[in-house]
Amino acid sequence: MTDTTTRTREGVDDAGLQSQFDATIEHGDRIEPRDWMPPGYRRTLVRQVAQHAHSEIIGMQPEGAWVGRAPSLRRKAILLAKVQDEAGHGLYLYSACETLGVSRGELTEKLLSGEQKYSSIFNYPALSYADVGTIGWLVDGAAICNQVPLCRTSYGPYGRAMIRICKEESFHQRQGFELLMTMMRGTDEQRAMVQESVDRFWWPALMMFGPPDADSPNSAQSMAWGIKRNSNDELRQRFVDMTVPQAEALGVRLPDPQLRWNPERGAHDFGQPDWAEFAQVVRGNGPCNAQRIAHRRKAHDEGAWVREAALAYAERQLRAQGGPA
Amino acid sequence: MSQQSPAARAPQTPESRETAQSHTAGEPRVRAEWPLYEVFVRGKRGLNHVHVGSLHAPDDEMALRHARDVYTRRNEGVSIWVVRSSDIAASSPDEKDPLFAPSGDKVYRHPTFYDIPADVPHM
Repeated sequence: MTDTTTRTREGVDDAGLQSQFDATIEHGDRIEPRDWMPPGYRRTLVRQVAQHAHSEIIGMQPEGAWVGRAPSLRRKAILLAKVQDEAGHGLYLYSACETLGVSRGELTEKLLSGEQKYSSIFNYPALSYADVGTIGWLVDGAAICNQVPLCRTSYGPYGRAMIRICKEESFHQRQGFELLMTMMRGTDEQRAMVQESVDRFWWPALMMFGPPDADSPNSAQSMAWGIKRNSNDELRQRFVDMTVPQAEALGVRLPDPQLRWNPERGAHDFGQPDWAEFAQVVRGNGPCNAQRIAHRRKAHDEGAWVREAALAYAERQLRAQGGPA
Repeated sequence: MSQQSPAARAPQTPESRETAQSHTAGEPRVRAEWPLYEVFVRGKRGLNHVHVGSLHAPDDEMALRHARDVYTRRNEGVSIWVVRSSDIAASSPDEKDPLFAPSGDKVYRHPTFYDIPADVPHM
């Protein structure tokens, strides 16, 4: 037995490890944390999973601000549950990211320093209560389009986190749609509020799928590795096709003059978002970038004493039991 | 055969540790991170506890409370186990073949190894 182990270890050089990895991807099997993986695969995953986790955590802010101002106890309870879910989703993803050999503290630092990004959509403000509905319908709807294929991503812990998240996202989208439906059955003023909100969020929602395929240099490698399963443009098209009939049911207009059904393609044609604006927001110049990070930093700093006190208490309990200090 | 290491996770690379230190270097106090726990949930009576993920907590009791909030918000479980990641011993992926191969060549351990006439009932 010992001999076999030694032979196996010596026999497997880098090329052998690479071919084992390639074969796993080729078979559609999952890569698990302690498997050998190419450094680029690990780096890409850390970047993507961290960005995804940060998006969930920063994503608590625009809607969190409305918890205290939601118009009824029912709406407050729903919104609170939703914002709590976003925190949970962030934690599932941080947990997955940590299996790649990065620490939680490191990830938090990189969010606060701007070294790692989060989804640009959360740099737009939630100005009216209708935005709570629109965020659920369009932003969570777009997130679902992105996330469902990621349940089959090649890295095991990421895929498993996505499965848990997708189960919960459906509630998020439906509560948003129901909120908008309720407002659309209300007064003219409420209907106008919904339309104004949809007008503001439609284009940023389309940007959530990332730049057009031609301008997305890392996509091909991510798809070869099975990290991504569909291209940005494919997912954007899927989202538009799903959303058009929902907008009709709701009675709102999507603010794109080029949007129309193309029977030849069996899909909707639609206009392009303002990619210059997208680049600006990603670069840090969106309406709320500074505010979002400042708020996250404040919460982190103001929570430091709680984290330290809990640790000190745990150490004291351990000493009292005669365990190691 | 087995080694003492955090369950099912990559060892921290020296590189990643350095990064963590360089971020805290300019600060007056060393920031201690809560230890990592692995979480196992029994979905319902009659099922095994299954690994669902991990979380950070200062002690066992808080780990259980956090696990309840993070992993069972919608009736996902009836029982939770938490264990410090550093307390789990795991088999190493390099040893996959020598560790698991023997069961494959002992075909007589499987019922299909034995030829029984088709008309013998309940076999």
